[in-house]
Amino acid sequence: MAKFREKVNGGHFVVTCEAGPPKGTEIDEMLGELDEIGQLIDAFNVTDQQSSVMRLGSLAVSHKIQDLGYETVYQLTCRDRNRIALQSDLLSAEVLGLKNVLALTGDYTTMGDHPHAKPVFDLDSPQLLDVIRQLNSGIDMEGNALKGATDLFPGAAVNPGADPMEPQVFKAKMKEDRGAKFFQTQAIYDPETFKKYVKELRASGVHVPVLVGVLPLKSSGMARFMNKNIAGAFVPEEIIQNLEKADDLVEESLNVCAEVIKETRNFCQGVHLMPMGWEEHVPKLMKDSGIA
Amino acid sequence: MIYSEQKPWEEIESYLQKDEKLFVLGCGGCAAASGSGGEEQVKDLSYKLDEAGWEVTGSRVIEFLCNKGLVGMRLARVSNQIEEADSILGAGCGIGVQAVGKLVDKQVHPANDTVSMGHFHGAWPSEETCERCGECLLEYTGGLCPLTVCTKGLLNGACGGSHDGECEVEPGRPCGWELIYDRLKEIDRLDLLTTYNDPKAREKYQFAPEMDQRKSLFWAIEAEQGE
Repeated sequence: MAKFREKVNGGHFVVTCEAGPPKGTEIDEMLGELDEIGQLIDAFNVTDQQSSVMRLGSLAVSHKIQDLGYETVYQLTCRDRNRIALQSDLLSAEVLGLKNVLALTGDYTTMGDHPHAKPVFDLDSPQLLDVIRQLNSGIDMEGNALKGATDLFPGAAVNPGADPMEPQVFKAKMKEDRGAKFFQTQAIYDPETFKKYVKELRASGVHVPVLVGVLPLKSSGMARFMNKNIAGAFVPEEIIQNLEKADDLVEESLNVCAEVIKETRNFCQGVHLMPMGWEEHVPKLMKDSGIA
Repeated sequence: MIYSEQKPWEEIESYLQKDEKLFVLGCGGCAAASGSGGEEQVKDLSYKLDEAGWEVTGSRVIEFLCNKGLVGMRLARVSNQIEEADSILGAGCGIGVQAVGKLVDKQVHPANDTVSMGHFHGAWPSEETCERCGECLLEYTGGLCPLTVCTKGLLNGACGGSHDGECEVEPGRPCGWELIYDRLKEIDRLDLLTTYNDPKAREKYQFAPEMDQRKSLFWAIEAEQGE
């Protein structure tokens, strides 16, 4: 099962949807909610202890989801594992049949629910991509031969909303050079910023397909919070006011996302959905935005 | 320099439950400079102990508790007070408490927590910092060290988590990679931002290098005595 890779490499439009493992071992509820969305998308993107909150692991959950017949993008961060553990987990991913990996640096430890943890960061995301490239070629990062190589499809995150934007263009170039085959972005609310970023990428010779990040706003308060606290997140004031005025908040919020998807459609090769609790609205969002 | 802070009094008290008589030892070096082991703190500790019902057999502040030659000489002068005490309360850093423990066959209780100074190595008249990684990258980063200027110590560009130029981890701290970007732009070397830096050889700075580099006069005296 490597349809996601085939579609991305073939220039086809893809849709991924974030799936956050639970904090604990009760996984049935989470898995049960996936079916409706699973029929509509190309892969579930399984987060690795997002925001540094200790949770069930992305390796196990990705495996469980693949068992249900859906493809996954297995997220792996450098926050909690040194290079030995990272490489070992990548070998494990291969053996478990996981094909797509999103290589992330990871949020800092002090931002989550275990602020006293040791932040590892032995590698950073470009270095992790390089490690995947090496494992795919049959050697570990010290050059030792592997008894069986991996065949993983590596992706990375980019942040179009970063200000200044230029360092994020350089970083994307570096990630492409280290083997990234697809990019997914942070949540986008301002299509113009996204378009500008993609144009800058292409002008700099970066040709990696980009999946636009879409996260429905749950309230105007959430939008303001994001503008204030979340790096690269920019929700235009007009959108916030429309959310405040809206009779049906869900409807309005989904409209915002649908607009982003429609507006950026010709500048990206896919959508990365982050429903974060609004899984039930994903089918409607996809229909409204013309990607279902 | 090593920075230390006095432990909470309740914690110190809890260490001393088996003892009745104590000798209090301060350090006139780093601990005094940290405000955790100088004359004032030793006096204060002695007073508190007395108030709480312990008998203080004596107290001293010795310039450097880590210098065992010196500590041995000074303690010899008050050996009767040490002898009389059940244990010693050491207001120095972790090294000082360990060093005194090697000289005296009584328990030495730590009065302080030795805390990280981050990448700050001591007092000098500027803010630049060096992690002593053994693989200097300043050539590629505009003369700013990514290991110390970036909270995450990233070697290959910003994490993308900064907000208005501010680090997402430490509010108020500028994004290190943005400083590097600004500097490279200033010196017209933005091309360097595409330099891929290999993973660090961590063993070079996680472990002390050859013994030769740790040798000092004190080390030599100690080694001599040990033989």
